[in-house]
Amino acid sequence: MIYPNSKTILEVRNLCASVSGTPILKNMNFTVKSGEVHAIMGPNGSGKSTFSKVLAGHTDYEITSGTVLFEGKNLLELAPEERARAGVFLAFQYPIEIPGVGNSQFLRLTYNTVQTHRGKEELDPLEFDDFVREKMKLLEMNPDFLDRSVNAGFSGGEKKRNEILQMALLEPSLAILDETDSGLDIDALRIVSNGVNQLANKDNAIVLVTHYQRLLNYIVPDFVHVMEAGRIIKSGGKELALELETRGYDWVSEEYKAATRVAA
Amino acid sequence: MSAALQNIINQPYKHGFVTDIESDVAAKGLDEGTIRMISAKRGEPEWLLDFRLKSYAAWLKMTEPTWQNAHHPKIDFQAISYYSAPKQKPKLSSMDEVDPELLRTFEKLGVPLHERMALAGVAVDVIFDSVSVATTYKAKLAEVGVIFCSFSEAVKEHPELVQKYLGTVIPTGDNFYAALNSAVFTDGSFCFIPKGVKCPMDLSTYFRINTEESGQFERTLIIAEEGASVSYLEGCTAPAFSSNQLHAAVVELVALDNADIKYSTVQNWYAGDENGVGGIYNFVTKRGLAKGVNSRISWTQVETGSAITWKYPSVVLLGDNSVGEFYSVALTNHYQQADTGTKMIHIGKNTRSTIVSKGISAGHSNNSYRGLVKISPSASGARNYSQCDSMLIGQESGAHTFPYIQVGNNTAQVEHEASTSKIGEDQMFYFAQRGIDAEAAVSMIINGFCKDVFQQLPLEFAVEATNLLSFKLEGSVG
Repeated sequence: MIYPNSKTILEVRNLCASVSGTPILKNMNFTVKSGEVHAIMGPNGSGKSTFSKVLAGHTDYEITSGTVLFEGKNLLELAPEERARAGVFLAFQYPIEIPGVGNSQFLRLTYNTVQTHRGKEELDPLEFDDFVREKMKLLEMNPDFLDRSVNAGFSGGEKKRNEILQMALLEPSLAILDETDSGLDIDALRIVSNGVNQLANKDNAIVLVTHYQRLLNYIVPDFVHVMEAGRIIKSGGKELALELETRGYDWVSEEYKAATRVAA
Repeated sequence: MSAALQNIINQPYKHGFVTDIESDVAAKGLDEGTIRMISAKRGEPEWLLDFRLKSYAAWLKMTEPTWQNAHHPKIDFQAISYYSAPKQKPKLSSMDEVDPELLRTFEKLGVPLHERMALAGVAVDVIFDSVSVATTYKAKLAEVGVIFCSFSEAVKEHPELVQKYLGTVIPTGDNFYAALNSAVFTDGSFCFIPKGVKCPMDLSTYFRINTEESGQFERTLIIAEEGASVSYLEGCTAPAFSSNQLHAAVVELVALDNADIKYSTVQNWYAGDENGVGGIYNFVTKRGLAKGVNSRISWTQVETGSAITWKYPSVVLLGDNSVGEFYSVALTNHYQQADTGTKMIHIGKNTRSTIVSKGISAGHSNNSYRGLVKISPSASGARNYSQCDSMLIGQESGAHTFPYIQVGNNTAQVEHEASTSKIGEDQMFYFAQRGIDAEAAVSMIINGFCKDVFQQLPLEFAVEATNLLSFKLEGSVG
């Protein structure tokens, strides 16, 4: 939701990034304020997922130029774990399986690590158990999932719910959801979306990276952006997503080319 | 990220120091005269000297094994000193009489005896180089008839027991290194649990090699009579020397009817430096004989040290319904080489064995599991389950599995499962994205991977093993 006098959470300016020498992001500009929900759409290979990973600090990507300010601080200086502790959260498109590591143990470690960083009290295993079970209700999760290994043997829907559960635990000020809707059936999509909506408030911001309008019926964005070839080529309100659904991406691309030709 | 991983696994050896105690070291070299000298120094009876000489004769006819997946320059057995004993009073009635320097060594090792004894109620038979210097809790054990003492003391006080069982599980000519040990062993531990006795506490021994270029040839013999049970803990560390040191121990276990022996090891001998210079050659023969019906022998090992580890703690399942278990974690880093596993020899009816092996390879190391499951024609209804999991860290390490399965009875059931995984950049990034640094992430992944083995360890040892793995894998990150 757009609030008056909200503070800027993320400010990306002319960001260029490459992987193994191949440029992927080319002069990316993007600003997010607190309370807002942004959707980034675009065809495969447009750089959406790369952008998410670059914000989270994945070391496969080299930043060649540009700046990223997160709550006024230079995000690019921070190691991935420091970004996470500072409040940048990435819900992964393909959450990795970690066999042998108990989910409850993992969740408690991540929770306590972030709490400690924020100068708050850690929870002991018993306190944490009560706490996490409460949060799990939000996502209608079966309690037995705490006893399983992290994501190991989870269905697609369970993995995505686990991601949003972690978002609920860590209370990030910026949550980037990378294709959280992919692989979800209708019920799971409703549950996950419902969870995200309950977590959204005036102090945090959410960036949805998605291919489909479908998700945006459940989590309604304030802004919709279209990415192509490593930059945002069009931004609009939630109605832009509906237009994309009926007309595809080509017309946006054509429009952008025409505009840049005129500018040149 | 891989640089961070590199850093965490490149921790220097914490136990690298030499205790300045005057040592009585024999001249280098081995011949019949050396063996007679060792035997005379220890005041041994004739039958034991004969045992040694017979072993030596067998050893002379043998050649070093070369089939293992580990490589080292040829060992010059004439360049080793076969005897080294701290020069001090051999008999001590209390801990207060132990050389304070020696006690400080154990402090540095993180094994403060007083604290350890008080906290855990563990009787510790301390082996320092080759002579036992202190044996504790003996009186309490004596009350229930348990004998727990140094091997040399056992030879003096209980010669009939030693003579009855020595070499019955691992015969003198069993293999090259066992034969060498049988010829030149200096000391070790002896443990006897009489009929029907449940040993009231875990028995624990700490081994340590202290003199440069002195071979360490430990001999351990554990006997559990009918219905007896015991849990035995062995921990090993050695200081850092630049030349390789040979450690060729022999451990024999005998379990009679309904007896139960659980043998746990945490091995952290010096592994050499990050370029593979120095380190211990740990060539050890360990075998248990599940002789009686319903007997059970369980090996649990956590192998993190040594330049080369060559050991296969095995169980011969002779008694009907006997059970053999092998739980192992082997961690190698830098240029370490480990070729380790087990042999389960099923002879009795309805014998069962379980093998769970977890290998972790980092740096340029090579980690091999080698195991034999043999079902003899007599072993009707025998069952085995084997699980061998390998984990790779980094790009240069190797994991290998060599399972040998021989089934001679068609009523037997043998299962083998194996897996290989990698601590990947993606896993590390996932942890990082949740605020967890690389050190904590690796520790959590490794402990998760080893869980099935760690839960077999006695609680106190499990904590130590967890700390040790974390210590070997943690470091200056970021």
